[in-house]
Amino acid sequence: MSDVIAVVLFFGVIAYAIFGGADFGAGFWDLIAGNADRGSRPRALVDHSIGPVWEANHVWLIFCLVVLWTAFPSAFSSITLTLFVPLTLAALGIVLRGSSFAFRKSVLRTRDRRRYGAVFATSSILVPYCMGAVAGAIASGRVPAGGKSGDWWSSWINPTSILGGVLAITVCAYLAAVYLTHDARRLDDPEMTEYFRRRAMVAAVAGGIVAFVGIFVLKADATYLFHGLTSRALPLAIVSVLCGLGSLWLLLRGSLRWSRLLAIGAVATVVAGWGVAQWDYMLPQTLTVSQAAAPSATLWTVLVVFIAAAVLILPSLGLLYALDQRSVLGTEVH
Amino acid sequence: MDSVATIVQGVGVIPALLAVNPVPWARSQMAFTLGFHIILVPLGVAWAFMALIANWRAIKRDDADALMLAQRWSKCMAVTFAVGAVTGTVLTFEFGLLWPTFMGRFGAAFGIPFAVEGLFFFLEAIFIAIYIYGWKRMKPWPHFWAGVPIVIAGIGGTVSVIAANAWMNEPQGFTLSGNKVTDVQPFKVFFNNAMPYEAVHMVLAAYLVGGFLIASVYAFAMLRGRRDRYYRLGFIIPFTVAAIATPMQMIVGDSVARFVFNNEPTKFAAIELVPKTSSDVPETLLGHLNKDGTVTGGIKIPGLASWLSDPSTGKNTVVQGLNAWPASQEPTLNEVNVVHLAWDVMIGIGTLLSLLAVWYALSWLFRRRMPMGRFFLTAASVAGIAAIGALEAGWVVTEVGRQPWIVHEYLLVKDASTTNGGVWITFITITVLYAIVGTTLVLVLRSMSRRWRGQGEIDESDVPYGPSPIPEGDAPREEAPVG
Repeated sequence: MSDVIAVVLFFGVIAYAIFGGADFGAGFWDLIAGNADRGSRPRALVDHSIGPVWEANHVWLIFCLVVLWTAFPSAFSSITLTLFVPLTLAALGIVLRGSSFAFRKSVLRTRDRRRYGAVFATSSILVPYCMGAVAGAIASGRVPAGGKSGDWWSSWINPTSILGGVLAITVCAYLAAVYLTHDARRLDDPEMTEYFRRRAMVAAVAGGIVAFVGIFVLKADATYLFHGLTSRALPLAIVSVLCGLGSLWLLLRGSLRWSRLLAIGAVATVVAGWGVAQWDYMLPQTLTVSQAAAPSATLWTVLVVFIAAAVLILPSLGLLYALDQRSVLGTEVH
Repeated sequence: MDSVATIVQGVGVIPALLAVNPVPWARSQMAFTLGFHIILVPLGVAWAFMALIANWRAIKRDDADALMLAQRWSKCMAVTFAVGAVTGTVLTFEFGLLWPTFMGRFGAAFGIPFAVEGLFFFLEAIFIAIYIYGWKRMKPWPHFWAGVPIVIAGIGGTVSVIAANAWMNEPQGFTLSGNKVTDVQPFKVFFNNAMPYEAVHMVLAAYLVGGFLIASVYAFAMLRGRRDRYYRLGFIIPFTVAAIATPMQMIVGDSVARFVFNNEPTKFAAIELVPKTSSDVPETLLGHLNKDGTVTGGIKIPGLASWLSDPSTGKNTVVQGLNAWPASQEPTLNEVNVVHLAWDVMIGIGTLLSLLAVWYALSWLFRRRMPMGRFFLTAASVAGIAAIGALEAGWVVTEVGRQPWIVHEYLLVKDASTTNGGVWITFITITVLYAIVGTTLVLVLRSMSRRWRGQGEIDESDVPYGPSPIPEGDAPREEAPVG
């Protein structure tokens, strides 16, 4: 039973990565879009594209946290005890990003917009970095179980965490660029389509390089994870590479329809690969999934809530995305 | 060489900086971030309901003022909901960051209401997006119905979070062996004894505070001379909601108090400032408890606290005093005084607000219109802030009144806290950050309202940065088929 809930948890992590991640990535492109004049069109597209959906996407994070603390309370308390600093930074970044994004859309003066926009964009990089660093800390076994705190600093400032952070930023940027290419084409904006298509390809290559370097980092710094990735998680790693290459090729050819799906596949398999590679540890080599698990009645409750969510929320999310993609959800009224 | 010495000394300071007792700072940070978030809750929960009333009226009666209100409210809601969502996220982080022992030990039980809450939060986030962004292109009725789940999810989410808080006051539905929760009964956890009382009390509070707060903006505008129909409608909808919620809250509040008397006697002793177990306990308004167990200051109404606790036995009702528990299991002297003062503030403001509601009701009854006098409008324009004061005070009563426990009679706050000595730094950082976010939120909302009034108008085409109005020719709502 605890295995099922661990899969549910990872489902949430994957959903957060491919939906929430793209919203953070959009902030990355917003940041480097140039001065107010040059950046106005990509920023308008970013706003239009993530405005209606970012809050719903953000809820996946809450979902992950709640499932983690309810179903695996001892793992949650170990993670929060050791990784106090990056998690606090991430929480602050989330506040800054969400509120400044909402503020930017509600003011009209350029000066104000620029100020909120800068906060929005900078925190959009801070948060995925911290999340990636947290993932790296867990994956490399730097979070000990049993109510003792690991090292406050070296737990998240280490090769695997830095790899996790950088990979998270590039992956978010890659996903966002692919989605934005798609959205620009939907809105019949060839210039922006081209703008983000080129950036998507650059990000795909960058992501590939980071992942390639990552192999050596993990080999040296996270041996358990490396071993898992090269054995039971190997098929996922291969699928991820193929999806990544495929989406790059499709982006090159300009056939955007399937590139988005392959990009999602590439990212989802990376995240799933992490989970499979460290299986069946919740915290590698100190706490297994079954050791961390809550009593079975709690696990059943989580499962029932998850099924209820699947029945209620997936169609609602589908409706939101469908309305959004068909441009039924326009701008807000001013 | 001097600089090297300075650096060495500086490095020596770091461990000292990170070795400050974390418990008071963790408490302060949790209290501050919750106290901030709780102000946004009424807006998230109740505002959508009021916007839907305006929206319904707009469609049914083809009322342009009501339509404009609903649209503008939904735009403001977008901003307050975003800030509410992210400050709520901080709280989920903080449960672990500040209270790792609590979560590690009780997460399996305490987490259950939050799992349910996650479901409602998801629905709320989805439908609020559809509602806010759907004005222009969705047909009026489907758009209206897309708003209804926001109201339901808002109430459901509130009830779930409050169920978790009620569980901390009345922990039930689990077996603790050693440091681990073993057997869990999810229904008992969620529907614990305190949950129905606290949940109804908080949902009503959300509508009461949200109503008074939004109405106060329009009351203020009317005082400034903007009295056309749009402003009156903007006042009447939320104020009526609040005026209906207020007397209901008094009845519910009374039974909550009696529940606390029967089930959480330490909290009750602090509320009523009862040092020694006795009958014929006076109701003390204001005043404070001294170290030696005497009560000074304030106005005592003889026997009233006993009488209110159980009218069937009248002033013979015995109320347990703080002497009934060892000092280590009851709130400290300062905490007792804080709880008592907060209680008085809540009751006092609640009473004044209900007088205002009665005035409003009588005016409708006898004059068929809302009171428009200067005195009423002044009172109504401060009622919003006052209602927030009552909300915060009520929350102080329930939280400080549970001290020193985090899970009543199972886990002490000081044992649940993180051992991280650097919490004082995060507390200061987060306080500064929230102060900035809060101020900006108010300024942004004000600038929106100014823009709508046409003052300081800015030509929207003159915006080189950020989103320009989407150029693809949005059909205005008026041209959409009605019905």
